[in-house]
Order: sequence, then C-alpha cells, then structure tokens
Amino acid sequence: MKLGLVIDLDVCVGCHACAVACKQWNTSGTTGALSDYEPYGKQPSGVWFNRVRNFEVGDYPNNKTINFPMSCMHCEDAACVTVCPTGASYKREEDGVVLVDQDKCMGCNYCSWACPYGARELDKVSGTMKKCTLCIDRIYDQELAPEDRQPSCVITCPAHARHFGDFEDPNSNVSTLVRERGGRALMPELGYNPTNKYLPPRVARPVPTDDVKMDLVSKVKNWVNKAISK
Amino acid sequence: MHPAFSVIFFTVTSGLGYGLMTLMVIAYLTGFGGVTEQSALIAGVAALVFITLGLLSSTLHLANPKNAIRAFSRFRTSWLSREGVFAVLFYPFALMFLFCIWKISTGEHEMGMGGIVAGIIAAILAMVTIFSTGMIYACLKTIRQWNTALTPANYMTLGLMLGALFLAAIQATAETLTLAMALIAFAGVMKLMYYAWIAEPAGSTINSATGFTNDKVRILEPGHTADTFLNHEFGHTVLPSKSFMLRSLVFILGFIIPFILVMMGKENMILIYAAVISAYAGILVERWLFFAEARHVVNLYHGAQRT
Repeated sequence: MKLGLVIDLDVCVGCHACAVACKQWNTSGTTGALSDYEPYGKQPSGVWFNRVRNFEVGDYPNNKTINFPMSCMHCEDAACVTVCPTGASYKREEDGVVLVDQDKCMGCNYCSWACPYGARELDKVSGTMKKCTLCIDRIYDQELAPEDRQPSCVITCPAHARHFGDFEDPNSNVSTLVRERGGRALMPELGYNPTNKYLPPRVARPVPTDDVKMDLVSKVKNWVNKAISK
Repeated sequence: MHPAFSVIFFTVTSGLGYGLMTLMVIAYLTGFGGVTEQSALIAGVAALVFITLGLLSSTLHLANPKNAIRAFSRFRTSWLSREGVFAVLFYPFALMFLFCIWKISTGEHEMGMGGIVAGIIAAILAMVTIFSTGMIYACLKTIRQWNTALTPANYMTLGLMLGALFLAAIQATAETLTLAMALIAFAGVMKLMYYAWIAEPAGSTINSATGFTNDKVRILEPGHTADTFLNHEFGHTVLPSKSFMLRSLVFILGFIIPFILVMMGKENMILIYAAVISAYAGILVERWLFFAEARHVVNLYHGAQRT
C-alpha cells in the first residue's frame, strides 16, 4: 500500500478546519501532546502538523486565491528518514507512512532541514521532532466504523477538498482523482517523490467585477433605489 | 537558516583541531618544518582539547540529548551519524600516536611501525571527520547554498588553514610559516569561489513549490499569526548590505590580516599569535554567514519567490 492524501485546490475554502481537527486529534494521539507555547499570551505559538497558506495566482482579472493546506507528503524517497542519525525517523514498509519514534529522537532538527515542505516541527516541551502520522491511530482502528477510519483532517473538511486512499491501487479514489484532474506533486525537481498530490483548480472564465454591463432588471432596481433615497 | 552558536563554535573549533592534528602528524613523520617531539605533543594535546570542546558544544543544540548515544546507529545512510562515528574512532589512534611521541621524548623508545600507522590513521580520520561535517550540509537538496561540493571543500581547507596557523604559532620555522601562508591563500580563494557560486539564483521557486508554473504566484497570508518553529529555524535573512560588510570582515580578519602578520612575523611570535586569533575570529564570522545566508526552500511557502 501507498497511503496518502489528495488535496483539491479547486474547492478548498481555507477555513483551517483540517488544521484544527488535526491538532485536536493528534494532541492526544500517538505522538501527542502537540505542545502550545503561551497559548493565551500575546504571541501564541505551538506545534502543528498541518498548516494552511494562502496564495494569489495569476494577474487580475485572471487571478485566483488559492488556499493551500500542507502536511507531511509521506515521500517515497524521504530524505528526512535518510538523514536521521538515530533511526527515530522511519518509513513503514507496509503502507509508506513516515513516522518519528518519539523514544529514539534526540531533537537535532536535522530531518526538518531535509524536509522541503516544512512538515516537521520540533516540540520544545518534549524535545523531540513531531509530524503528521496520517492518523495512524485512526485508519487501522477496528473499533471505529469503516467510514471513520480516515485521517481527522479528511473527515472534518467541510468542502470535501481532502481525500485519503491508496495510491498503489490504480482504481482507488485518490488514483482516479489524480488521473482525471491532473494531480501534481510539489517541488518534484527535488526528487523526493511525494505521495500526496494537489489537484489544480478547474479552468473557469473570470467573473467580471467592474465595468459590468447592467441588465434591464438591475437598471430598474438601481433607478428605484435612487428614487427612494431622494 | 538560524545560526546556532553551539554549531558555529563546534564546526570552527573542531575543524581547527582536526586540521592541526593532521598537519602535525604529517609534519612530524616527514620531518617537515623541524617539528620537535615537544612541539608535536603540544600541538596534539591542543588539537584534542579543541576537538573535545567542539564535540561537547555540538551536543548543546540537541533538544533531547539523552538519546544522543543513538546517533551512531545510522552510519549507512546519515552523514551526521558518520561524523559521530569517525569523530569517536579518531580518539584511540590519536592518543596512541601521542603516547608514542611522549615515549620518544623521554628517550625510552623509537618510533615503531605501530606508531606510524596509528598516526597516519589518525590523520586520515581527522580529514574524513571534517569531510563528514561538510557533507552533513552539502547533502541537503533543500538548501541550494549548501548543496555543492564546495561546502566540504571549504570545511576542510579552513580547518587545515587554522591548523597550519596554530602549528606555526607552536613552532615558527620558515617551512611552517610558508605552509600557513599557502593554506591561507588557498582557503581564501576557495571561499571566493563559494561566494561566487551561491550568487547565481538557482533551484526551486515559488512556482515549483506550489505547482503553478504558468502564472505569477504571490503569498497572501503565511497562515500563522505568531512565530513558528519553521520561521525561527528557517526564516533568518541577511540584508545584502550587511552581507557585504560581513563577507569583507571574513576576508580581512580571516585571510588578509593573518597572511600579512605571518609574512612579517618571522622574528616576532606575538604577530603569529595575533594572526591565529584574527583568523579564528574571521572564520567564526564566516561560519555565522554560512548558516545565516542559507535559504531553505520552505521559505517559498512563506512568500519568497526563490531561494
């Protein structure tokens, strides 16, 4: 198996629900807690496995806001695992999930230097490196209903922008999405073969926002509005 | 990258130690520069002190040092692990060689085959350890300023240069002074090549980082309101004007002043000592810049157009 996520940039609304759900589940998960520093102070900070950025792509009027959630890509050639001196970072043979053994990590930060996606964050409280586990403590939990055996972020997403599945199976939901929508990897030039893929926005005509020709109904409404305000 | 002082001190100081040990072994075994037993002992002990101080300092940047012993376990894949293994392997051979010299200095023994072999292995391991230190940084494809063969080359030449200066300060003969000057010139040229190399924009851009390769991409929001681990570790930048000033300082303190002082210092040992201190300070600035000017690709997700 090659488990991972597909993120649909066409429908992501940038609500950060995935990031919050991730934090909520994983802070009591296998690599929890996800420590917070000064959570009620002036500069609240802490460990997150998932962060959402916002970009503007293209120039007006063909521009678009792209909300960009990022977590561990569970790379096929994971440099973070190669560089780890202690063997704390490892990639599971059976499903390709990259994990950090919290009992072996010495907190040298080297893996976070090797990761191009900013997926790894050092927890100052435990002194160990933490990262997305693909909710390893959910996806195999036989106590949960089958539809709940998915990462927290995927279940939470209100826009269905996140999909979880096996990339090795050509007919899985994720493989089909990548094939049909032209899913792509981030920074493929580095050669880490990230498993997670991003679906580009569908091509759509730009919606005009100024110099708009008004139809008859709008003209009448405008006239009525002006007349009343006088 | 965040310039952590413990790592800066470690790489410069242990580099000096390994360079000094290598040059001392070669000089003593070949009779170069008329290095006496006493000078060789002083140089060897000083080298071990520098190396040990450096290695101790390197453990200070660990967030969870109780697991540090595990760092020797991934020799097959990790340069950081290799550095640790070579650094520890170096000690018995270096101590054995110093023990032989001490025995010779007391007149009890002559240098046997075992001593010579131990010395040569210690010298090789010293160089291999500096090389591994350089490769820790050079193997990272995420930081283009480091991902070059010039990185380990710089680490090795700068270590040898500082070692040569220190050796000249212990035993100032025409030969050791010439060696120091030659290595200063060589290391200076290598550093110039490095700065020329990293000046060229290259590697990933905000376009390849986001997958939008046909359009202009700009950051709207980085998605955090306060400092994060990623900002703290990778967000460090150096203004071009400050960079130019500090690079000038590297060349003036690290190469030009030591070169002139060594050239003038044949009769005056004070000048040689000053050259060592100046070079050491210069290389500390060099190492600070090495970290501070490195631009990790994660900055592309925080708005940088290229690294």
